[in-house]
Amino acid sequence: MSRPILSSIGQRLLPWLVPALIVLLWQLFASAGWLNSRVLPAPWHVLQAGWNLTISGELAHHLWVSFGRAGIGFGIGASLGLLLGLISGLSRLGETLLDTTLQMLRNIPPLAILPLVILWFGIDETAKLFLVAFGTLFPVYLNTWHGIRTLDPGLLEMARSYGLRGWALFLHVILPGALPSIMVGIRYALGIAWIILIVAETLAANSGIGYLAANAREFLQTDIVVLSILLYALLGKGVDLSVRLLERRLLAWHPALQAQQ
Amino acid sequence: MKPDDRPLTHDIQLHQLERRFGQRQVLHAINLHIPHGQFLAVVGRSGCGKSTLLRLLAGLDQPDGGQLQINPATRTRLMFQDSRLLPWKSVLDNVALGLPAVERPRALAALREVGLEDRAAEWPARLSGGQRQRVALARALVHQPQLLLLDEPLGALDALTRLEMQSLIESLWLAHGGSAVLVTHDVSEAVALADRVILLENGRIAVDLPVTLPRPRDSAHADFVRLEHYLLQRVLQGPQGQEPPAPASEQSIDFARLHWAL
Repeated sequence: MSRPILSSIGQRLLPWLVPALIVLLWQLFASAGWLNSRVLPAPWHVLQAGWNLTISGELAHHLWVSFGRAGIGFGIGASLGLLLGLISGLSRLGETLLDTTLQMLRNIPPLAILPLVILWFGIDETAKLFLVAFGTLFPVYLNTWHGIRTLDPGLLEMARSYGLRGWALFLHVILPGALPSIMVGIRYALGIAWIILIVAETLAANSGIGYLAANAREFLQTDIVVLSILLYALLGKGVDLSVRLLERRLLAWHPALQAQQ
Repeated sequence: MKPDDRPLTHDIQLHQLERRFGQRQVLHAINLHIPHGQFLAVVGRSGCGKSTLLRLLAGLDQPDGGQLQINPATRTRLMFQDSRLLPWKSVLDNVALGLPAVERPRALAALREVGLEDRAAEWPARLSGGQRQRVALARALVHQPQLLLLDEPLGALDALTRLEMQSLIESLWLAHGGSAVLVTHDVSEAVALADRVILLENGRIAVDLPVTLPRPRDSAHADFVRLEHYLLQRVLQGPQGQEPPAPASEQSIDFARLHWAL
């Protein structure tokens, strides 16, 4: 009777088996004394460091700050990317005007402009938001453009011959048709947002997870450094998971998603 | 039907219609009169221009010469070889595409007509090829078109499903009225459904043949077989044709004057 439930729980836990084994091995190596705690502290010590920071409220503060930066920066970058992608995907003139410029900017690694950004904004919030927005704009832009341009021309022809024009055509055909591609862009951009944020916070910040790690390094607190790294991994996974849930809702019609059900 | 939609105004007139793609002339001086309510089938080998003709009628393409007279008030709906359902809309929403919100109940009625009322909430990806074409048919008919254009709508279906679809198309056309133009390479399908079959060869009308067999038609009936055989032979032999054989029993018509007979 409980077999299907058990197997469904098993299915959910299975992806976590490898991470759990790695942590277990790591703890065993540390307990056996094969790992220098200056190089890599035991998971148990990392957990303790995490607990101490949680109690003092520091962890929540830094997490909140990082989360806010990633969210706002991503929000700005992705919205701009979506808007520009729609403009250049929907109109040839828009593409002619925008695409060359964006393709040039796209090839600048976001972190290469970090010195300039610090000169402009100091180590203010604006600097981090600017960098995250800059890094997330292009994946969303490119995938939006691509999604629109690879729409099935047969569907567009059908919709036009059924009298759909302008806004109705966009809402019922173009946007949903481009959505799978846009979602790919969003997932990719979220990954990039974290990477940029880590580096920016490590180099120029006085709060956030990156700052926590950089500060701990100054005092040789390897456990807190490792904790920060693990937090990034978990946060990244968490964000990706929520986007996937969103995807499953928005793209429920997609044959690839139906096959998984 | 509204009073201003008097049937005769939906006649279609093609006069010396031309279409070229670059150097290639696809349609040569097509003259054709399609009276309202007629079911016309266009047959021919691939590349003969039959799909181009249909796209011109649908307004998806513009002629290079001649005249195409269709009443602007004629509602035209097109059904394609692939169903072209929007995969992100439920079956019902696909049928309701382009319908004003107040007329949405009609979409369900149209689905009932094609026997798929119970699949209204499904995604199109869950349907079989034949079911998708039935949804596409419902989507076309929900607008109550005065002109229904069918571009090889059954070309991709298996033989059994095709026969079912043929009788469905016939019964719905009989129920809804209006004109229909079916492009097909299947001569048997043309004879089964149409009031009149034209054969296009290299962009010219080579044969214009009325089909007066009583409906529903029996593909095993001698007259059916004779017509089908004649058309098939005519398609196969190509442009340098000979005289048509002695007409079938109830088809004692002068082929040379068929064009004006309707």
